Amino acid sequence: MSAVPVEWFLVLAALLFTIGAVGVLVRRNIIVIFMCIELMLNAVNLVFVAFSRQLHSMDGQVVVFFVMTVAAAEAAVGLAIIIAAFRNRETVNADELNLLRW
Amino acid sequence: MHPATPVSFLWLIPALPAFGVLFNVFLGRRAGHAAVSLVSPGVVGGAFVAAAYAFTRLLALPPGSALAERLYPWITAGTLQVDVAFRIDALSAVMVLVVSGVGFLIHVYSVGYMHDDPDYVRYFTYLNLFTFAMLVLVLADNLPLLFVGWEGVGLCSYLLIGFWYDKDASAGKKAFVVNRIGDAGFLLGLFLLFWNLGGGAHSLSFDEIAAHARQIPAGTVTAITLLLFVGATGKSAQLPLYVWLPDAMAGPTPVSALIHAATMVTAGVYMIARLHFLYVLAPLSMGVVATVGALTALFAATIGLMQNDIKKVLAYSTVSQLGYMFLGVGVGAFSAGVFHLMTHAFFKGLLFLGAGSVIHGMGGEQDMQKMGGLRAYQPITFWTFVAATLAITGIPGFAGFFSKDEILAQAFSSPHGSVWLWLLGAIAAGLTSFYMFRLLFLTFFGECRADEHVRHHIHESPAAMTMPLIVLAILAVIGGYVGVPEHWLWGNRFAAFLEPVLGAPPEAVSAGAATEYLLMGASVLVALIGLGVAYQFYIVQPGLPTFLAWKAQGAYNLIFNKYYVDEIYDLLFVRSTVRLSTWLWRFFDVGIIDGLVNGTAEAVGANSGLWRRWQTGNVQQYAASMLLGAMAILGYFALRR
Amino acid sequence: MSPVLFVILAAMLIVSALGVVLQRSPIRCALALVTTLFVLAVIFLFLDAQLVAALQVIVYAGAIMVLFLFVIMLLNLQQDVRAMAWLGARVVAVLMGSLFLLAAVRFFVYPLAPRLGPGMGGAPPEGFGSTEQLGQRLFTHYLFAFEITSVLLLVAIIGAVVLAKRKLA
Repeated sequence: MSAVPVEWFLVLAALLFTIGAVGVLVRRNIIVIFMCIELMLNAVNLVFVAFSRQLHSMDGQVVVFFVMTVAAAEAAVGLAIIIAAFRNRETVNADELNLLRW
Repeated sequence: MHPATPVSFLWLIPALPAFGVLFNVFLGRRAGHAAVSLVSPGVVGGAFVAAAYAFTRLLALPPGSALAERLYPWITAGTLQVDVAFRIDALSAVMVLVVSGVGFLIHVYSVGYMHDDPDYVRYFTYLNLFTFAMLVLVLADNLPLLFVGWEGVGLCSYLLIGFWYDKDASAGKKAFVVNRIGDAGFLLGLFLLFWNLGGGAHSLSFDEIAAHARQIPAGTVTAITLLLFVGATGKSAQLPLYVWLPDAMAGPTPVSALIHAATMVTAGVYMIARLHFLYVLAPLSMGVVATVGALTALFAATIGLMQNDIKKVLAYSTVSQLGYMFLGVGVGAFSAGVFHLMTHAFFKGLLFLGAGSVIHGMGGEQDMQKMGGLRAYQPITFWTFVAATLAITGIPGFAGFFSKDEILAQAFSSPHGSVWLWLLGAIAAGLTSFYMFRLLFLTFFGECRADEHVRHHIHESPAAMTMPLIVLAILAVIGGYVGVPEHWLWGNRFAAFLEPVLGAPPEAVSAGAATEYLLMGASVLVALIGLGVAYQFYIVQPGLPTFLAWKAQGAYNLIFNKYYVDEIYDLLFVRSTVRLSTWLWRFFDVGIIDGLVNGTAEAVGANSGLWRRWQTGNVQQYAASMLLGAMAILGYFALRR
Repeated sequence: MSPVLFVILAAMLIVSALGVVLQRSPIRCALALVTTLFVLAVIFLFLDAQLVAALQVIVYAGAIMVLFLFVIMLLNLQQDVRAMAWLGARVVAVLMGSLFLLAAVRFFVYPLAPRLGPGMGGAPPEGFGSTEQLGQRLFTHYLFAFEITSVLLLVAIIGAVVLAKRKLA
């Protein structure tokens, strides 16, 4: 609304994104890694909404709409994969799920 | 020479056997024995009918005419403009009738002979293919197309000689390799000819070569003709490249009859007759041709004397008779050489087919020492064989007499000939008579020396085999009458027919009817001497040959072992070539080429072996790499500003 | 929105995000994520994105996170002895993250942002962020994407069902 410049939102989003990225790289539990991915997606959403407000254009919010949809689909499929992998290997530890190794 | 009359049916003549090939290849297995037995001889018979029709058309035209058909342009490369075109003039008419006619008879014979062979269809495929190639050879309008047919018959010769390749294919290989050596000479001659024909486009057709022949420098003509003759020695089994023909007896007997008696081996003679206008310009080459021919005739006859395998005797006989043909063309008697070619096709084809009948009846036995007295068991085979033997030995009245006699007469009296050539030919004739009657007596007369068990199975051959024998026997008897000497009956119609194409027979140096009759008498005499000696050796005193062989052991062994020519060749040429090629193979093929190919594969493998370690299976590491990459790209764009 | 409000909301956001990354138990991580989503929704509200904020709560926090919690409970995970990667990986990750953050802010945020558009200060048009306006844009300009997304969702449903199915026999 008032004088919060758009850069602040962007920096916030960047920070959120970084936290999410570090989480992806550092955590061992795949489900938690997934959650960190959702964090990153949300950071992007924040950027879009911020710019939409900045540019007075609804297009940014439409994109957020789509991002959410796709994130939902992705979460569903990803979790299904995790369940299937868990059934096979009895583990959700990223280090142990390394069948694609050379 | 009249310009050629264009027609449009000549393509049928080679096309019918080609169709036979396709039929056999694609439908043969499914259509079955009976269909193949009908189609394969049928197409050759059809070719003969077409050839006969062409012949009648040709006769209706004035002498020296030709029927021509141009199918399509084949090579268009700068000054080389060769067409696929066929031509029937007097010479190729004779050839095409002989090839298709005798070929047809042999196809029919093969139906009987090869009846029980599991590869029946493949046999007829090859036989039709051969007929196709041979017809292309004799119908060709130009030298390159002739060479195509030349190579084609060489290939089919390999395929057919090595027909039973699961037993042994080395004879086929030998034939092909030796032929190739000759073909190299042919090609060099062809290139040299093309090179020297002067400016402008060349089709290398025979008409064209004839027109330009005089413009070629004399030395070059000699070189060309000699090189082409090298090709002829390979294809027609003359010294020194004859060695493949005796070994070629490993193939089925009808193959020997067709290829090595009646058709393929005559290609060399035909080629020289075709290019007579070149050869008359090179007296040196003519002399070489005649000498080689005469020497070969004698040389092969001596070896044939002592062989025990019935087919080997006939093989050496073929080499010897081919020598006569070359002697004929070598002294300028082109039509005489072609005449002998024709009669030889009849009687040698008949001899081989008869031998095949004997072998068939004897259950596969080919050693004459195990035969004897077969005239009681195989009367038709016997009587036709007698006809052929009388023909080949030059007994008056039969075909061989007229043709051989004419060659010998020309050898004596032609300006290119000499007494010595005649003498070589005459001695060879005597030997021919001896070994042929030896063969006849050993096989058909006297006590049957076969085992009890074999003897019970000896039978006359089926009709499919005996009919061609009878037809050929008739031809062996009457075939010579088209070419009787000048003052007899109707004169030499054959030579007259061929004269517009081949030119007149050379002017005799020592002319005169008296000389001619003297020579004729001499050849009859040597033939009878041969007969007499053979009679003595094999009927009256059967022990005599063995005794003489023992007495003159050294000579006997030398000749019996074919003068060790194969062994000499092996030592001189074959071993070193094999060693060279083995080394080359090891060095280039295995070392360099395989090394490159396998090495490339191994290098790729080694490289990927290095990089695969990147795939740790750890997804987070992948994510880290992606992040790194993304940052690098962003960094690039950021720093670009 | 006043700057003070922004700072408070930002702090809450960061704290809960860190919670997602640093908590040991997956359930606690999930709950931290829910908190993050809520705070984000509030921020959206202050940015005149009412429908998006509502969707954030309903779809993201309400459906997706529930799904996450279902799966965590289904798999009945015991706590891992080591929740995070080894020290070296952690150091590298944090380093890379910091680098990214600094680079992003220095090269993208500050250079790009100020030059764009009418700005945060001015009031947005009437009905900005409302359902009608979003619907307008969605069903005209972005109709094709809308349709495709529905196909995408169909594919995802099928995929999820197939993948998670127990193998018969």
